[in-house]
Amino acid sequence: MPHDHAEPHSLLPSDPELRARALETILVEKGLVDPEALNALIDTYQNKIGPQNGARVVAKSWVDPAFKARLLSDATSAIAELGYMGRQGEHMVAVENTPEQHNIVVCTLCSCYPWPVLGIPPAWYKSDAYRSRAVREPRAVLAEFGVSLLETQKVRVWDSTAEMRYLVLPMRPEGTEGLEEDTLVDLVSRNSMIGTALAGAAA
Amino acid sequence: MSRIHDMGGRFGDGAIPDKEDSTPFHKPWHAKAMAVTLASGALGAWSIDSSRHARERLAPKDYASFSYYEKWMAAAANLLVERGMVSSEELKTGHAEHIEGLSPKALRSDDVFAAMHKVNPYTRRTGPEALFAVGDKVRTASYNPNPVKGGHTRLPAYAMGRVGTIVRQQGNHVLPDSNAHLNGEAPEPLYAVEFTASELWHQDAENGGDTMLLDLWQSYLEPAK
Repeated sequence: MPHDHAEPHSLLPSDPELRARALETILVEKGLVDPEALNALIDTYQNKIGPQNGARVVAKSWVDPAFKARLLSDATSAIAELGYMGRQGEHMVAVENTPEQHNIVVCTLCSCYPWPVLGIPPAWYKSDAYRSRAVREPRAVLAEFGVSLLETQKVRVWDSTAEMRYLVLPMRPEGTEGLEEDTLVDLVSRNSMIGTALAGAAA
Repeated sequence: MSRIHDMGGRFGDGAIPDKEDSTPFHKPWHAKAMAVTLASGALGAWSIDSSRHARERLAPKDYASFSYYEKWMAAAANLLVERGMVSSEELKTGHAEHIEGLSPKALRSDDVFAAMHKVNPYTRRTGPEALFAVGDKVRTASYNPNPVKGGHTRLPAYAMGRVGTIVRQQGNHVLPDSNAHLNGEAPEPLYAVEFTASELWHQDAENGGDTMLLDLWQSYLEPAK
């Protein structure tokens, strides 16, 4: 379908797959992009950097009180101890869920997300529905995710408007006192570190 | 006035989709669009603020109809042409006018992992002193605080003209409102500001005592009682 405005992007094919191919072809032919680097970038975020990193941070905070104290006072440094750092995680803050407060994270203006610990944001996090609703009706959103809050909990919604990136520390599930860090990691879902799930639940 | 990306609080968007989904890229071209955008950005011709602004200033009908990575590609294409790195003719034909060897500025595959782990902080030692301390009450600007007409800002419309409380001092950070428009980094103090739901949403508040926290720059704020 023709576009009625003259933005340069409208000169590209409208089919997104062809668009991606055209951009790649132009940039590679011009020597601006190394095609092998594209594969390496995809591999990095498909296979190497993802929520398994954040789960390690959370599980460690549950078993290591000194680490948890460092995490709450300077999350960027504490997370870097585990080798997780860099793009979109330059300034980290850990926010702890307690019986008094439940934290959730959103980016209403775009899709800011802590890449080094959680990877590429899931589609729902980038959806108009989540971006528009999480700040106005967080409890309805949490109910939609199946999260039951305690009556004593107030909700704190962190809208990522700057380069600060927030990692939610979910509460450690009951009955996990004897478990070791390597086992606890499996209880920490991606959504629990955004605040849209509790630890120990699926996903 | 606000732009279409500024959707916090908007009604009518329906249910949250695919809440348990954990696939990073649903189609090969999603991954390709991500990689092309990051590799183009690595050339250093624009900042993250300029790239966000490039997505936000897409025509509203494009912003609304494009999927996520279509927005990324459209913004990258516009920036590449605006910065003189790719011509309109090349976008039209889908090929370079001249085949060239790999530029020394291009991100090499062996450097990708290190580049993604490199820490490039947005904090700066320069800029004004902090005017506010934790516990201070502040009022946000009632309008887009960017002097550039229709300019990039990180003060969402839903939090304009509202009173909140400083809860964290984040140091001096690059000001996106300036940096996105190539007007310099203009670092200034950044604060996490906490607002009650009743202050932000009035009769639409779901639970007045819940709070929303935003990172806001000093020039967005004035003292409040």
